[in-house]
Amino acid sequence: MSLLSVENLVVRHGLLQAVRGVSLTVERGETLALVGANGAGKTTLLRAIAGAHQAASGRVIFDGTDLSGVPAHERVRKGVALVPEGRRLFVQMTVEENLLLGGTAGRPGDWSVERVLDTFPNLKPRRHAKAGHLSGGEQQATAIGRALMSNPDLLLLDEVSLGLSPLVVDRVYASLHGLISSGTTIILVEQDLNRALSVSDKVVCVLEGRVALAGDSAIVSRDEVTKAYFGLHRKGAEGVLA
Amino acid sequence: MSNQIVQGILLGGYYALIACGLSFMFSVMRIINLAHGSLAVLSAFALWLLASRFHIPPFYGLAIVLPLMAVIGWALQRFLLERSARGGALLPILTTFGLAIVIDNFLFEQFGADTRSLAPFIGSLSYDSWEWPGSIYVGKLAVIIFVAAVILLGGLQLFLTRTGLGRSIRATSEDPDTAGLVGVDARRANAVAAAIAMVTVGLAGAFLGMRATFDPYAGATQLLFAFEAAVIGGAGSLWSTLIGGIVLALAQTLGAKVHPQGFLIGGHVAFLIVLFIRLYTSGLGLRGLLRLSTGKAS
Amino acid sequence: MSTASPVIERGTAASRIAGLGVAAIIVLLAVAPQFLSAGAVDRMTALFIYVILAAMWNALAGYGGLVSVGQQVFFGLGAYFAIRLANAGLNPFVSLFVAAVIVGAVSWPISLFMLRLKNGEFAIGMWVIAALAHLLVNLDRLIQGETGTSLISLNVYDASTRRLTIYWLALASMTALLAVLFGLLRGSTGAAIRAIRDNEDAAASVGVRVTGTKRLLFVLAAFGIGIAGALWLASATTFQPKTYFSVQWTAYMIFMVLVGGIGTFEGAILGALLFFLIETWFGGTGVWYLIGLGATALAFSLLLPRGLWGTVEERFGWRLLSVGYRVRLASGTAGPTGETALPASITTHREKA
Repeated sequence: MSLLSVENLVVRHGLLQAVRGVSLTVERGETLALVGANGAGKTTLLRAIAGAHQAASGRVIFDGTDLSGVPAHERVRKGVALVPEGRRLFVQMTVEENLLLGGTAGRPGDWSVERVLDTFPNLKPRRHAKAGHLSGGEQQATAIGRALMSNPDLLLLDEVSLGLSPLVVDRVYASLHGLISSGTTIILVEQDLNRALSVSDKVVCVLEGRVALAGDSAIVSRDEVTKAYFGLHRKGAEGVLA
Repeated sequence: MSNQIVQGILLGGYYALIACGLSFMFSVMRIINLAHGSLAVLSAFALWLLASRFHIPPFYGLAIVLPLMAVIGWALQRFLLERSARGGALLPILTTFGLAIVIDNFLFEQFGADTRSLAPFIGSLSYDSWEWPGSIYVGKLAVIIFVAAVILLGGLQLFLTRTGLGRSIRATSEDPDTAGLVGVDARRANAVAAAIAMVTVGLAGAFLGMRATFDPYAGATQLLFAFEAAVIGGAGSLWSTLIGGIVLALAQTLGAKVHPQGFLIGGHVAFLIVLFIRLYTSGLGLRGLLRLSTGKAS
Repeated sequence: MSTASPVIERGTAASRIAGLGVAAIIVLLAVAPQFLSAGAVDRMTALFIYVILAAMWNALAGYGGLVSVGQQVFFGLGAYFAIRLANAGLNPFVSLFVAAVIVGAVSWPISLFMLRLKNGEFAIGMWVIAALAHLLVNLDRLIQGETGTSLISLNVYDASTRRLTIYWLALASMTALLAVLFGLLRGSTGAAIRAIRDNEDAAASVGVRVTGTKRLLFVLAAFGIGIAGALWLASATTFQPKTYFSVQWTAYMIFMVLVGGIGTFEGAILGALLFFLIETWFGGTGVWYLIGLGATALAFSLLLPRGLWGTVEERFGWRLLSVGYRVRLASGTAGPTGETALPASITTHREKA
């Protein structure tokens, strides 16, 4: 049984249908990369899985249970953790307090403040600094650490490289590499196609709220993904970029 | 004069006590509870009823009334505030104002217009005093109230910074959506915060009843005191509420010296002066005059 | 979004008939004292004052987004200034209106910094202002503290002249204030007011003068409530600061507007009428009456925050006194306001007023 399956999910922001009938599955231990242009609905999809948005129709089934109507904090307890776009740290609180908050759900597991600090050594000297005073890389590390503190079965990473210098992005991914190889199930949104394809097992490309392409990261070509990304895979869509 | 300053500072402890619940609720839920003062008076009447009818001294009566206030706070949040806050920022003002009217008039219906006091039930404590150097006489009760305020504010500060529940409340106050995403039950955090706020209100009501008199319509004045102390103290830590309370009390003391009816005027004027200065020095960053930063000093 | 050409209208046939009806009602009210007992004339005067209070509080809260629990300050000051002016030798009836002008003038500097407060802070800040004004008025020797005084110079008129004059002044004041408010909401300021009411930040971002518009409403409300206070003084003749600066007045205003329908022109009038009837029937029950008022306001804010008229309007698309524009979609997939996706083939009446 898949750890997560999303079935015909529809999410609305008022009039706007941000996600229009998306279905996908993620197996335990898999890393799935979600790619697509800005506004394609990736963030909304992740937030709907995490429970920050309620679905208008369709279902999210996690570990055999239907999550419809389950509030976000309950989903954390069930093992879903989101690293939100833009980090969304509690800026008036310290790094340590942010991390401790991540453990609120009280799920058993290996993650502790110490282990997060070992995983992201750059945070060590900043342990008691207010999150608002951190650099971008430190903030991202704190946000990831905060999500890990809940010992999630499924980790949702929304554009963890956004706003970071390439060097810092490398460092963040180096830390993630350990997670990925340790068998944590991950869905990540990443703008950098090469990186997305290289770290993931499966890739799903979203276009205007729908799945335009889904396949094994090792098999699909960069060219196919690019076409799906811009909607060029559709018949009669040749004129779009003209 | 130094005698009056000492009295003023001690009175400031009471104001801090009644103010901290108001600013605490505001900083967590962004709601100013207009029934704040009425609930304090409700607590005072409850203690009065226990003392006069059932001969339970007020300090023991607190063991009954404070848990009751916690339940009221929890219910207030769950059944009134949570619902009305969904309708925008203005609705909770109207809801809590309606509640204040109900409470005030209910108390009037039950207890009549007479002014009451808890002083007869606390023995000599209501008039005992210590002599301090410089022939300054300080009432024991005033000192107890001040110390209670300091302990309460310190305890609240520790609770917010050192416990998981306290962190959850702070996280909810900073960003309720994200709090949910990291596993915090924001509804529960808010209800707990409201319960705590009402316990402080209950305690303030008890001290109001012990150090002075109260009547069913005394809630409005207490609300204004709480609001003024909180605004004068300004956004800082909970301790600034104590400073605010002391400034308010000193201004009232000064007002009473200037004119026999100047006690309340002094307080209101001080409030307006501080407000004026803050509005014109802090620019437009006014969204939340009362917002507390409950974190550690930055 | 599928396109259906929307029809933009000002008002409906019903609202045009209502306009004529309003004119007829005013004429009827003007001649009514001929047929009413002295007591009934006094009660009608009270009703007119309630309508003024409701309309003015609604202008401030419903349109300006400014919920004040200290509006009794203007009620009390209106009465106080009238006493002072009459004492200085001005004709008492003239004093009533000069007093209101002074109240409006006083409210200007108050608005300068009170309007920088938000929501609950504004609400309770106004209450502090009211408490302070009450205390300061008490200091005036003429008022003799809480003992109070009365508008003695009215005694030169005989009782029936006095009663009728006050009645007509109250009717004229109510009509004029409602007309001013109506004109304001219908004119170019009205668009700004409605924009602020719906979304203040968005209104500011498209260039609406938010503070200026709010200040206009604040001063108008102060002026109107000042007239109400002065008229109340004229009909009651006695002035006790405690009565006039009582927060009860604001409680009445909130009750009327919440029950009638906050942010709707008709709702405030309906609320005042209902309040008048409730007071007539239950006012004698004293404290239970007040508990009932508080509980009703509480219930409305929780269960029916749009009030009676707001709910009727939403459900049936009724509109009598049209202050806004109406966009009718013949058959569209969505309303133009971008709030909700509406089912197809529904005829929507969305109007912001």
